Amino acid sequence: MALSAPRSRGPVEMSWPAQQEKGLPDSARLCQLITAVGRSQDRAAFAELFVYFAPRIKAYLMKRGAGAAQAEELAQESMIMVWRRAATFDPAKSGAGTWIFTIARNKRIDALRRERRPDYDPEDPSLAPPPAVPPDSNLGMVQQSELLKVAIGNLPEAQAELVRMAYFEDKAHGQIAVETDLPLGTVKSRLRLALGRLRKAMAGGRP
Amino acid sequence: MTSSPLPQHHLPEEVLLDHAAGSLSEGMALLVATHLALCPGCRAAATEFDALGGALLAAITPQALAPEAFEQVLARIDADELLPAAEAAATAAHGLPLPLNDYVGSAVESLPWRRLLRGIETAELKPRGARSSEGFPVSLMRLAPSTAVPRHTHQGLEITMVLQGGYSDAGLHYERGDVQISDASVDHRPVVADESSCLCLVYQDAPLRLTGPIGRWFNGFLRF
Repeated sequence: MALSAPRSRGPVEMSWPAQQEKGLPDSARLCQLITAVGRSQDRAAFAELFVYFAPRIKAYLMKRGAGAAQAEELAQESMIMVWRRAATFDPAKSGAGTWIFTIARNKRIDALRRERRPDYDPEDPSLAPPPAVPPDSNLGMVQQSELLKVAIGNLPEAQAELVRMAYFEDKAHGQIAVETDLPLGTVKSRLRLALGRLRKAMAGGRP
Repeated sequence: MTSSPLPQHHLPEEVLLDHAAGSLSEGMALLVATHLALCPGCRAAATEFDALGGALLAAITPQALAPEAFEQVLARIDADELLPAAEAAATAAHGLPLPLNDYVGSAVESLPWRRLLRGIETAELKPRGARSSEGFPVSLMRLAPSTAVPRHTHQGLEITMVLQGGYSDAGLHYERGDVQISDASVDHRPVVADESSCLCLVYQDAPLRLTGPIGRWFNGFLRF
């Protein structure tokens, strides 16, 4: 499996290294791109999404136990799902990265674990409605994603490591405790500290 | 839909995080999904944990795909691969949250209910995933009005969530969406107080043990 930087000229004019050197698209840009794909099957927008997300999805899948070939295949399938579902993307409800993360996560469970991952359905008529009080934060999703990225970078390393392990290794927090040789209570309290900081950051405070 | 109060007893936030990370077993994920349907507060937290996954994905060191990957994906899109399945109509046939629909089937009544003790019935649910074929730790439990469950502990973890009705245990009251977590250290005795019966979703990774003086004698006969 060649992992060197590809130099492909597809039907849409693009070259990965050139794009990456121009700098990464920010959250607002990524949202615009998904919206463009959803509205008008915009292939240039999809290409830009692909350049940014496909290699990250592949890396995520490899971290969670897929071989390089399988990760490549599942990253492709995830991007096909992105294309197909782009019209359902609602930037008021989730950030671009969040939306694509959930697609990749579910793809991984279907393919690697052969298990279901039941989830709630936003259209469920029996969904208990939130109380009338508006959420305490009225930050846009785009701004929230940017704050969150910064906040993760500002976490103490021990906390950041546990958060990464929770998402990138196929282990619930109980197994993380075993693996890190930390008492379960310590893992839980560190995770909670980390989550508290991240939440504060997303609400617009300082990390 | 209902004016019933929102849940007061929740799942720990690490469990919501594990759900967002995709690390829970199907049975535990079913419990979490059902709670999320009934609890807007935990739903908001779950959305934050999804966002955390998104932010971590952004920060990951990318792994380049094969040079032809993008053209392959376009070709597969043009070949109509992976068309989304028709979305199932959102129906709440049982008055239960939708995540349970696939597991409960056509009606709560037609599940294989088994009488456990007087006033207590249980029905095992079956997993839907391809891999988890045996030992699905999730069941429904139905308590008749005015039932007092005999004093018991659990060898492992038991998580009970009320779907309909309610019960009291150790001075706390549990209603729709409320979660009670018990393990070997908890010796408890739930009581259904009023006239209506109580339906619960139960996650149990080891059998319960009756601990009352008479209950102990029954342990050999119980198949929970």
